[in-house]
Amino acid sequence: MAGAAGPGTGPGAAGGDGDDSLYPIAVLIDELRNEDVQLRLNSIKKLSTIALALGVERTRTELLPFLTDTIYDEDEVLLALAEQLGNFTGLVGGPDFAHCLLPPLESLATVEETVVRDKAVESLRQISQEHTSVALEAHFVPLVKRLASGDWFTSRTSACGLFSVCYPRASSAVKAEIRQHFRSLCSDDTPMVRRAAASKLGEFAKVLELDSVKSEIVPLFTNLASDEQDSVRLLAVEACVSIAQLLSQDDLEALVMPTLRQAAEDKSWRVRYMVADKFSELQKAVGPKITLNDLIPAFQNLLKDCEAEVRAAAAHKVKELCENLPTEGRETIIMNQILPFIKELVSDTNQHVKSALASVIMGLSTILGKENTIEHLLPLFLAQLKDECPEVRLNIISNLDCVNEVIGIRQLSQSLLPAIVELAEDAKWRVRLAIIEYMPLLAGQLGVEFFDEKLNSLCMAWLVDHVYAIREAATNNLMKLVQKFGTEWAQNTIVPKVLVMANDPNYLHRMTTLFCINALSEACGQEITTKQMLPIVLKMAGDQVANVRFNVAKSLQKIGPILDTDALQEEVKPVLQKLGQDEDMDVKYFAQEAISAVAQRLTKLDFPVKDNEEPSAPGADKNHFLRPRGPGEDTGKAHRERAARVVSEETVEAARFRGTDAAKGPAHQFHVNTRDTLAQLEIAELVHFSQSRD
Amino acid sequence: MRGFWNKVFNLEVVCCPCLLKADIISTVEFNHSGELLATGDKGGRVVIFQQEQENKIQSHSRGEYNVYSTFQSHEPEFDYLKSLEIEEKINKIRWLPQKNAAQFLLSTNDKTIKLWKISERDKRPEGYNLKEEDGRYRDPTTVTTLRVPVFRPMDLMVEASPRRIFANAHTYHINSISINSDYETYLSADDLRINLWHLEITDRSFNIVDIKPANMEELTEVITAAEFHPNSCNTFVYSSSKGTIRLCDMRASALCDRHSKLFEEPEDPSNRSFFSEIISSISDVKFSHSGRYMMTRDYLSVKIWDLNMENRPVETYQVHEYLRSKLCSLYENDCIFDKFECCWNGSDSVVMTGSYNNFFRMFDRNTKRDITLEASRENNKPRTVLKPRKVCASGKRKKDEISVDSLDFNKKILHTAWHPKENIIAVATTNNLYIFQDKVN
Repeated sequence: MAGAAGPGTGPGAAGGDGDDSLYPIAVLIDELRNEDVQLRLNSIKKLSTIALALGVERTRTELLPFLTDTIYDEDEVLLALAEQLGNFTGLVGGPDFAHCLLPPLESLATVEETVVRDKAVESLRQISQEHTSVALEAHFVPLVKRLASGDWFTSRTSACGLFSVCYPRASSAVKAEIRQHFRSLCSDDTPMVRRAAASKLGEFAKVLELDSVKSEIVPLFTNLASDEQDSVRLLAVEACVSIAQLLSQDDLEALVMPTLRQAAEDKSWRVRYMVADKFSELQKAVGPKITLNDLIPAFQNLLKDCEAEVRAAAAHKVKELCENLPTEGRETIIMNQILPFIKELVSDTNQHVKSALASVIMGLSTILGKENTIEHLLPLFLAQLKDECPEVRLNIISNLDCVNEVIGIRQLSQSLLPAIVELAEDAKWRVRLAIIEYMPLLAGQLGVEFFDEKLNSLCMAWLVDHVYAIREAATNNLMKLVQKFGTEWAQNTIVPKVLVMANDPNYLHRMTTLFCINALSEACGQEITTKQMLPIVLKMAGDQVANVRFNVAKSLQKIGPILDTDALQEEVKPVLQKLGQDEDMDVKYFAQEAISAVAQRLTKLDFPVKDNEEPSAPGADKNHFLRPRGPGEDTGKAHRERAARVVSEETVEAARFRGTDAAKGPAHQFHVNTRDTLAQLEIAELVHFSQSRD
Repeated sequence: MRGFWNKVFNLEVVCCPCLLKADIISTVEFNHSGELLATGDKGGRVVIFQQEQENKIQSHSRGEYNVYSTFQSHEPEFDYLKSLEIEEKINKIRWLPQKNAAQFLLSTNDKTIKLWKISERDKRPEGYNLKEEDGRYRDPTTVTTLRVPVFRPMDLMVEASPRRIFANAHTYHINSISINSDYETYLSADDLRINLWHLEITDRSFNIVDIKPANMEELTEVITAAEFHPNSCNTFVYSSSKGTIRLCDMRASALCDRHSKLFEEPEDPSNRSFFSEIISSISDVKFSHSGRYMMTRDYLSVKIWDLNMENRPVETYQVHEYLRSKLCSLYENDCIFDKFECCWNGSDSVVMTGSYNNFFRMFDRNTKRDITLEASRENNKPRTVLKPRKVCASGKRKKDEISVDSLDFNKKILHTAWHPKENIIAVATTNNLYIFQDKVN
């Protein structure tokens, strides 16, 4: 009930004497059937609160029957419902009543959306563990059988995922029945069901007695592996991994290997692709002996497959395959049986193959040691550094650290430099962006001297690139370089050049100076910021372009915390006040923002007790447009965003700055409509969460 | 076989066509059981008809189709980057194999494919805590117990809801969509490319065929139709404006630019004319239900090909050979570019395709007999039996014959469909849908 107590205060104020604890629940229940999906979703997510308020009895007799019929709802609501029900056992009265949850989950297991079905199956698996053995046979197993013999393939596919959880705890008679049902699903008419069965085959095999595995699972596996549909056959490869782990070497050789060999030479490239893709797992599952006899030759064939997709998938696995070979004799096997094929791939006709290889080939140097690397691998690296496809070169450069450990980067630097320069000037901005992201890494490997001599000018050139995304990345890059090489280096090499741009005739370049200052001020420290950067920023407050002026305001807000009080009071404040009177409304807006942030800091400094506290306003706004992009982020989306920016840079840029800040503005919306209170609190939580993740 | 033959030709009107009036119909398609029939029209609407359950007392009035659901599938759009209007016209409809109680279909206009769910609902929730059923709020102080809503029966409601939108993958106009027998992928073909989609993934598709030349001035041929094999999931065919059909095997390679079979009939030099290339363009290709044959429709004929024989069709049927002398005027009024579709009956023994003057043709593959029938306003009374029509090519016109010159080329039957199991056919004239079936004795 604790969760509901907060929202309850709103209506309480509006309603008067109603039962304060009842009212929020009443709202939640009513919103289960609200027109607005978001509100329904919200209610479903608080289903446990509702159930708690209703008590176990009413949950069983009223709430669950209602939920069983709710299958007409939107997918996201159904998904949330399926998830909630998995944790509902306690709320319906414990394990003795767990079976009450089966009807709603059963109907969810037949909907057409795969995500919902999968979640329903997951929840069913979860509550199957909470059933007593008796209840399992009385309620759960019949449910599995019903699903398995359902009219529609959606219910039969769902059944496939439930066999393995009920089998171990069933009596032997029931076990035989379960196996029988699974067998019939493996030869179902619809490929959907056969695929579901094939993908659960390995999991089911693990809970079966070894004899049954040999006598029943292996024939099923063989059948599925020779299914007429390649979409089924390729799933059998996955099952192969699990089955192989269960069998002894002799059985493996006799029962599984013929099928696996066949799969590696399947007529359909998708099946061969799957073998290549699962190669490391297969290798571990079958053990070293069969690997040497069977898998290595198969791998060689995959490396020279006629389909590029297969070659690329195999190329990706080269490093893992080599790593997983037994240490004894590993070098010889790699040198004699793998390397010749790799050499071929370096000059492959397909760029995806080459780039897949380039992403792992550097890893071989640690396995093969210094001498072999210099003699055999180095020529390949050098060839790939000169490859016509930028992605190949990028992949080599991004993995330089592996080689650095073994032979030192100097061996490569002669070829490296032209490759970097070429990438840095590539016509495609995404290529330039990618190489910028490796700059800090390269700088670290190559050392400050080499960097100053060869690469510094590139880093500066990116600052005036005509694509915003590149300029943005370039500013970020500078910050990382300063972190690496120290403030003295920054003061001598970077800061002067950045500050010169403040006088550039192009206002976009002048803004870049501001962005650089934003990024660098923290890394450079108070002295440089106050003495060198601040005067420039203040001077730019008189710029004729409004975008520059409001960015001055933002910059001042940003670097405020680094400056001392005197500078703030005497230099920053007057300028901001002047900007606060600007004729442009955006400049005014951001100046006001900055003024309040600075004022806050100044007042805090007046009370030395609180001095150690972080000034809150600038902290919250930390780097919102120079947000460092992690590799895990959705790059596709980022690219689209960037592409959009390139189309009409100024407009979009301005709109973005104004847009985000405006959207942030009203943080006090909560008392608008009492009925929506719950939803808004939920949203507020979400927003807060996503910010803290940033 | 003869008995069956007579049966097929003894068609009677099932429903009054005026009931089935629509905007200009652009596609007609039965679902896999034949219980539902979908039509798409130029206004972007999809209308679904449902077969009445057989009435045992009045055995002669079985199988009428009534409107089941109507929804707006596509809206007109404007592509601002290319300054192009995108019509809302439905080019193709394809039903998915049934996966649960609901029905699913794909509909496409020139650019965007949509997956629709058609479902029935006969229950609705009742009971609020804080308001009456009519929406009036209760005094919150009176809420002393909690009420959980309950579902109560209501009148059957059929809902159509868009489930997925597959957009932005086609630069040219989509002419075909076809669902794979693996139930999880489908293809979409435009003039120059064929894309492969997963039914659950809307943000990417794989281009499997691309015939766009590097220089568009070298363009000599476009894709006119494409279809997956009914049971071999790796095989599909596409037809071209040059009269060839290419069969591709997706197992061989991820990109199917290279075909594995090319079906082409050598041209008869005696028939060579200015129009040869135009009339050899294939407007439709359909696999037989068995998967052994495929049928293609060009301007004047229907051809049946055995998948195992590439050099010539096993059967050729002339649809309206009498138009060969009229090609010049048909070129002038653009009719020569009409795209007639064709279809198989449930047992692959009879094929049907449309013609002009609201005529449609059927060919019995066993007896080699053929017939011309007319879908017209005159026989809009249920149970009227259709009379065979004859067109007189030249010379003296016999009684009941129609002269070539009096054919109305504005009345064309481009779209027809055959019930997958029974002898029920749907024939779309410009804006009327006719449904005919075997005469019930």
